[in-house]
Amino acid sequence: MDIIVCVKHVPETAEADIKINPEGKTVEQSGLVFDINEWDDYALEEAVQIKEKQGGTVTAITIGPEDSDSTLRKCLARGADNGIRLTDPKFEGSDSYAIAKILHKVIKDLPFNLILTGAQAGDDGYGAVGPILAHLLGIPHVTMVKRIAINGDALRVNRELEGGLEEVVEVKTPAAASIQTGINEPRYVSIMGIRKAMQKETKILTLADTGLSENEVGEAGSWIKLQKMFVPPAEKQAEFLQGSPEEIAAKIAEMLKARGLV
Amino acid sequence: MTEIFVLTEHRKGQIRDITFEMLSKGRELSEKTNTELTAVLFGRDVKEYAKALSEYARKVLVIDDLKLENFNSETYQKALSTLITDRKPLLTLIGHTSYGLDLAPSLAASLDIPLATDCIDLGFEDGTLNVTRQMYGGKVNVNAVLRKSESYIATIRQATFPAKEGSPINGEIIELPTPLSEEAEKKHFIEYILPPAGGIDITAADVLIGIGRGIKDSNEIPPVEDLARTLGGALACSRPIVDKGWLPNDRQVGSSGKTVKPKLYIALGISGAFQHVLGMKSSDLIIAVNKDANAPIFGVADYGVVEDLFKVVPALKNKLEEMKRS
Repeated sequence: MDIIVCVKHVPETAEADIKINPEGKTVEQSGLVFDINEWDDYALEEAVQIKEKQGGTVTAITIGPEDSDSTLRKCLARGADNGIRLTDPKFEGSDSYAIAKILHKVIKDLPFNLILTGAQAGDDGYGAVGPILAHLLGIPHVTMVKRIAINGDALRVNRELEGGLEEVVEVKTPAAASIQTGINEPRYVSIMGIRKAMQKETKILTLADTGLSENEVGEAGSWIKLQKMFVPPAEKQAEFLQGSPEEIAAKIAEMLKARGLV
Repeated sequence: MTEIFVLTEHRKGQIRDITFEMLSKGRELSEKTNTELTAVLFGRDVKEYAKALSEYARKVLVIDDLKLENFNSETYQKALSTLITDRKPLLTLIGHTSYGLDLAPSLAASLDIPLATDCIDLGFEDGTLNVTRQMYGGKVNVNAVLRKSESYIATIRQATFPAKEGSPINGEIIELPTPLSEEAEKKHFIEYILPPAGGIDITAADVLIGIGRGIKDSNEIPPVEDLARTLGGALACSRPIVDKGWLPNDRQVGSSGKTVKPKLYIALGISGAFQHVLGMKSSDLIIAVNKDANAPIFGVADYGVVEDLFKVVPALKNKLEEMKRS
């Protein structure tokens, strides 16, 4: 089975302090650690696990400037056979629609049975690239996937619904699946593995190679255009407890006692 | 007069809350844009749903078809794109739910209608859709504008707009012929499954300690468990802990897990992405410990501690045990 995995190089922000730049359209990047998007990490692992069981190839594709090469290398180190990076200043400002159009132009000429993407990206969180790409390729899609079983020319997948519920869906291949976190256990990559992956050849493509016009990518080719970032207004603000850990613990303990909770 | 569509989401015999939340926001938008509010309902034998929806919408468009009995984005997309092509609504609202995420992007691409996903606010300016969304796990809000179009699609975040009880509209119920052909689908719904329950029901606990990404290794959990025991409470968590397999699925709090309302919720190393907050914000007392002073969890918590949780946890446990002894 030939599998294509679309990955994105994003800042890790769950535990980072995010500052909005004065122009209000970007966040301050210094101090942020960039890595493969968390959902894509699971998608890549799923692809490699399927390959290990079924044979075939895994091709990782990313869109981004040179620093996203490290995410591509990580994919190669973890078991992807090929890496493709699409890069062009004109891609800046692309939303999920523009990104899907760019990916489509490259993927349509590659052999594949399955396309995996993360369910969403940790930065913009559109959650739309996978199904739009599937539409452009004329193949069915399944999203929020927590389990994949291959069943001849079909996939039987578990989709995550709300409240802990899942649904089982069967879909004909070729198909696209967007992967939810927790579907597997992404493997650890050794430094040696990454070093080896540095030697592998990757393909670098630009706007000209896609055959798309400038107006079809970037902001011009997007549905949605970012205008202004701002700090989310808090519904309320916690009262901060100050002091050493012991002093804070004492304050909390008193508070719980006063409320009859201990 | 053009319309605003709200796609009804239902599952296992119930209209889901997001539908009423969208109808409520849709009503406000339809009044502002001088358009008609229309609920769109797909399913099998759904007369009761149609009646319920008619209280909230001027029109209820119903397509009754066995192929629409359970949600399937393939059949739903065919049916909804027919309606959108025929009636050209100004806006179609779909839930930013597992169903909506499976439907809206490919629907929008197939009709080349601009789409904004996961909207927490939206409105029109000179006929163009403007939305507010979040980025970076809820740490940043963004105002964005969509490309000029006669029709838009937006997915709406759950529990964002209150489902208001307005005066009943008594809308007209219109049954439409199914546009679905006999042609076989590429995608089929098989069944619902509920992962097996573990030993502890976190929805019944008075005291919960929620752990999140701040926990870096499974061997960091026992000290927190000790604290939970001292407090007579149970351990709950946000998504990353379940993803790593450190706690079972039924300990997860949030939109894809459980909704809890304990007397005390202590959030340790949880940043406070909306998916988690949705499941615990109604707790009586919330105390959050996080190293990042700007973590969104502090916008939900009553009390906040900006500190390493591994310093606070043992200190608090000692203090509580000391109190018990005295």
